[in-house]
Amino acid sequence: MAEGKILTINMGPHHPATHGVLRLVLELDGETIVKVTPHIGHLHRGIEKIAENMNYQQAIPLTDRLDYTAATLCNEGYCTAVEKLLGIEVPKRAQYIRVIMCELARIMGHHLWIGSHALDIGAMTVVFYTFRDREMIMNMNEEVTGYRLTPSYLRIGGIAKDITPQFIKDLRAFIKWFPTALEGYNTLLTDNIIWRKRTMGIGKISAKDAINYGLTGPSLRGSGIPYDIRKTMPYGSYDDFDFKVPVGDNGDVYDRYLVRMEEFTQSLNIIEQALENLPEGPVNVDNPLISNPDLGSVQEDISALIRRFKIQCQGPEVPVGEVYHSVEGSKGELGFYLVGDGSENPYRMKVRSPCFILVSALEKMMLGHMLADAISVIGSIDIVLGEIDR
Amino acid sequence: MDNAKVLEQLKGEFGGAIVDDVDFRGDLTVVVSLEKLHDIMLYLHDDKALHYDLLSDVVGIDKMPREPRFEVVYVLHSMDDYRRLLVKVMVPIDVEVPTVTDIWNSANWPEREVYDLMGITFSGHPDMRRLLMWDGFDGHPLRKDFPLKGKDFDEKWDPSTIQVL
Repeated sequence: MAEGKILTINMGPHHPATHGVLRLVLELDGETIVKVTPHIGHLHRGIEKIAENMNYQQAIPLTDRLDYTAATLCNEGYCTAVEKLLGIEVPKRAQYIRVIMCELARIMGHHLWIGSHALDIGAMTVVFYTFRDREMIMNMNEEVTGYRLTPSYLRIGGIAKDITPQFIKDLRAFIKWFPTALEGYNTLLTDNIIWRKRTMGIGKISAKDAINYGLTGPSLRGSGIPYDIRKTMPYGSYDDFDFKVPVGDNGDVYDRYLVRMEEFTQSLNIIEQALENLPEGPVNVDNPLISNPDLGSVQEDISALIRRFKIQCQGPEVPVGEVYHSVEGSKGELGFYLVGDGSENPYRMKVRSPCFILVSALEKMMLGHMLADAISVIGSIDIVLGEIDR
Repeated sequence: MDNAKVLEQLKGEFGGAIVDDVDFRGDLTVVVSLEKLHDIMLYLHDDKALHYDLLSDVVGIDKMPREPRFEVVYVLHSMDDYRRLLVKVMVPIDVEVPTVTDIWNSANWPEREVYDLMGITFSGHPDMRRLLMWDGFDGHPLRKDFPLKGKDFDEKWDPSTIQVL
């Protein structure tokens, strides 16, 4: 009888390595994990319910609060879903600017991931370097949008405003600087013997299991499946750019680490291409029922003023129909299921959160490992509780 | 494999169990009957040509005054050529839906979430507990008859109504 041998411990909700308010009930046999029960919902704000009672434009800032480490990607997911429901196409310049901002957000998300992941395992230095570079992107966000962490930059049918010359100057400096910084992160970790011992062979999941458990994003690609929505179901001009989808072989923590490190380079590559080929033109769709008139004409033209007022208060008129649209978030497939009933409010908005599914697969990845390895598994799937609890 | 072919194959196999189909903005939605749901899902997963091996999400929708009241939508992807299929089933109130966790493990938490927030029970689910709300919470917040503000927790209450479990 094993009674008295199994030790139950509570990890979280205030544990720093759970990246938020995740509570895990771990059952241990000695130091080996035999059962994992995740408890979520500490950060549940009812974003889906709130969005049902708002118009389509007003729900954009809510989506920033899903994955606040890469907020623009959540804007992208929501706005492209609404645009799919409306059946409109955004102008090319807006699409390219969206790509630039989204890839910057992905780099931001990965910065936070590598910093905190290394910090959890004990490599304290990395976080100082990644936050130094994350700060550069935050400053660029501030330059264009006025906000640093949750920019709410995208609008339905376009973007809030065009990028500035100062932003382009900063971005060029960042593109020039970032490969050096990346080399620094690699030097600190990739061949570090302690890092390799703590991550190789830990949290293994086979390709078949990974699909069956619903893993997406870098966690699925670490197991060797090249499922990247930017490539497989291209949206928003991603098919214009030449980039690779890195995949791993073993599906362990180290491979997921390598995949994300390569994604830094690929994101930078996409930004560079988008900046070089940035087309001229408007940044909002030419449809008076969807996009705001510019502020200049609001000062002079009464009809523009009325139109702006109506769009701000009511949002666009959306047809009856149901769509599912997903984008490649920094953590995986970020999907939005929208039900339009012809009114100005979404009848139902459901967020398909990648982290939510990743946490449900934690048990599969953790069983049989040591307690200390639980930390590296949580770090490797890169969860954000704002997105899990919604 | 395009949407028309998928629909043709499904109709050939299940005939009357495919109640309706909608092709909207490039995504195919098939409405299936509740009795045949599990068979159809198993077929969609196991068939070599269709092979929808990734279940991305389970969505519950409340269409309140209408009968049947609820809809459950399954979002499926195939890793062979990255197709998408939405499978919808109409669910009357207090009727259980057969679980698909035995086919896709990824259905586990989404189904729990639908139960928690929408109040649709999945029969055969290994762990049908609340997920986001706390145990003992009364009601299902995403139903359309649940108030946006939620319940008033500051309301005066009568201690004699408390039940000790």
